[in-house]
Amino acid sequence: MTRLSSTDADAGVEAELATDERREAWATQLADALGEGYAEHHIIAGRDLWVRVTRGSWTAAAAAARDRLGCQFFDWLSAIDWLPSPYGRDMDAQEDNPGPKAADPMAQGCAGGQTRFQMVMRLYSITSHLGVTIKADLPDQDLSIDTLIGVYPGANWHEREAWEMFGIRFNGHPDLRNIYLPGEFEGNPLRKDFPLLARRVKPWPGIVDVELLPGEENL
Amino acid sequence: MTAVGADQRQQMAYVATQAADARLNVEIETEGMTLNIGPQHPATHGTLRLVARLDGEQVVEAEPIMGYMHRGYEKLAEVRTYPQVTTLINRIDWLGSFANEVPFILAAEKLMEVEAPPRAQWIRTALFELSRIANITLFLGDMAVQLGALTPVFMAFRDREFVLNQIEAATGGRFHPNFDRIGGLKDDLPKGWIDDTKQAMEKIRDFCDEFEELVLGNEIFQARSRGIGIIPPDVGLSFGLSGANIRASGVDWDLRRDGHEALVYDQLDWKVWTHPDGDSFARYWVRLQETREATHMVDQLLDGIPSGPIMAKVPRIIKVPAGEAYAATENPLGEMGYYIVSKGDLVPFRVKIRSASFSNISITPWLLKGVYVPDIITILASLYFILGDIDR
Repeated sequence: MTRLSSTDADAGVEAELATDERREAWATQLADALGEGYAEHHIIAGRDLWVRVTRGSWTAAAAAARDRLGCQFFDWLSAIDWLPSPYGRDMDAQEDNPGPKAADPMAQGCAGGQTRFQMVMRLYSITSHLGVTIKADLPDQDLSIDTLIGVYPGANWHEREAWEMFGIRFNGHPDLRNIYLPGEFEGNPLRKDFPLLARRVKPWPGIVDVELLPGEENL
Repeated sequence: MTAVGADQRQQMAYVATQAADARLNVEIETEGMTLNIGPQHPATHGTLRLVARLDGEQVVEAEPIMGYMHRGYEKLAEVRTYPQVTTLINRIDWLGSFANEVPFILAAEKLMEVEAPPRAQWIRTALFELSRIANITLFLGDMAVQLGALTPVFMAFRDREFVLNQIEAATGGRFHPNFDRIGGLKDDLPKGWIDDTKQAMEKIRDFCDEFEELVLGNEIFQARSRGIGIIPPDVGLSFGLSGANIRASGVDWDLRRDGHEALVYDQLDWKVWTHPDGDSFARYWVRLQETREATHMVDQLLDGIPSGPIMAKVPRIIKVPAGEAYAATENPLGEMGYYIVSKGDLVPFRVKIRSASFSNISITPWLLKGVYVPDIITILASLYFILGDIDR
């Protein structure tokens, strides 16, 4: 177990730089393939690649990643609701709809974005061992996007989950029904404005237990 | 002998059903039937319900129905601090709980730019492999029992206990250790643990050798699993199959070797097992080899644990800087990953849990089309899912 010598550490840094060149190349290839549909990308050195595309090129981006980048493996698909929680950090506000706090602006994460709902999918190449996270903005007045089933059949269940949890409609999905929740369930639980009802019934005891240290009052 | 008896009984039952169906078809011209398997059925490892439309003995269409155990961990994680989340996610794949914690902690460590000290990384990897052994050992007995051989499951439960004892000795919890921390581990190893674990690994190796003959060498087992439920590699990948399921289709891909996470697999001498067939037999075979390989890895890990601290310097109250990170590891069931979105708060803003079984089982509607009724059980057993890992 003496392989952790200094030369190995140098090789690690070089390999890291090389993977980042590959990630840059991936971003360029996707941009070439999508043209107008490509919005922006974000690379954290040696770690990951995020690409944001327009809603119209969502399936084209998946197909390009599969055919040009060799991302055969469909990892997962989901969505993010960027609205700051109106119920506060612990979700135990007792009002019904307090409205977002003014001090909490909506801030989208890596690779930016403009809208409240954002689609996220992750694709992976089992040959080059790199992954890419692709995002797309969804306008508030029309939460719908094309289905990926034609490119990756495994997207079927993930899209059903995003449908029930966020209320996002997938155009062309053959079987858009609830997957976990009962059929008659109302609301979309993973939206930030969906209250966590268990906290309404009984406030979280953990809050009571917290003993603040000096200087931590504003946590 | 038990296996033969059960199989004969089953065959007689098929003949009887077929005869009954044939009579019915002549008399009232039925148009197939719907068979409801579960939610309470031994083949479902919990509460998966499977509705199969049959035409005679063949499945026309099969639809898994889940959600009987959906606990909403993605929502709950949004109101818990990072250290509290590990308590929840322990319960996703409850047979290899420690392995659930690792990718979440790794993702949080990425965001905080903290790295666990070497000793913690080695112990973490050793416990990770012990979870794998505890998990897959049960599969090795369980698939056999579903194919009509009762003995292996008792042997599996017996020998799994040696591993669970070691996990309990190190972490304090048999099933839900909650032992991994951002920046290291909760405690150091107890005295004498390394020698005891090596003895347990000997027992598991004996167990694997025994099962190689007892189950894999069994003619009935082979007849019922060879050529059943064949998954071509490209189809499997497009459905998101990972872990032993895809390696049994000949895909040489293992996140332990190919991933970029901070575990010490690159310093061990081991190999990735694959099988070209892609059928139920291959999936069992690959998992058996992986269990044996894992025992060798644990031995190497125990020999190589460096001295030093087990916790990096992290603040007492953990606030994770704003950002997004995805970390995935090769869990016993396949790729498990956490996508964490942080806004610099005490609690994660959004956690997407990528669990292996959810993707692994999503291939069943495709895979079960056209198979015979008894093969449904073989295929479900060989795909190996944990309900908590599907429903989250």
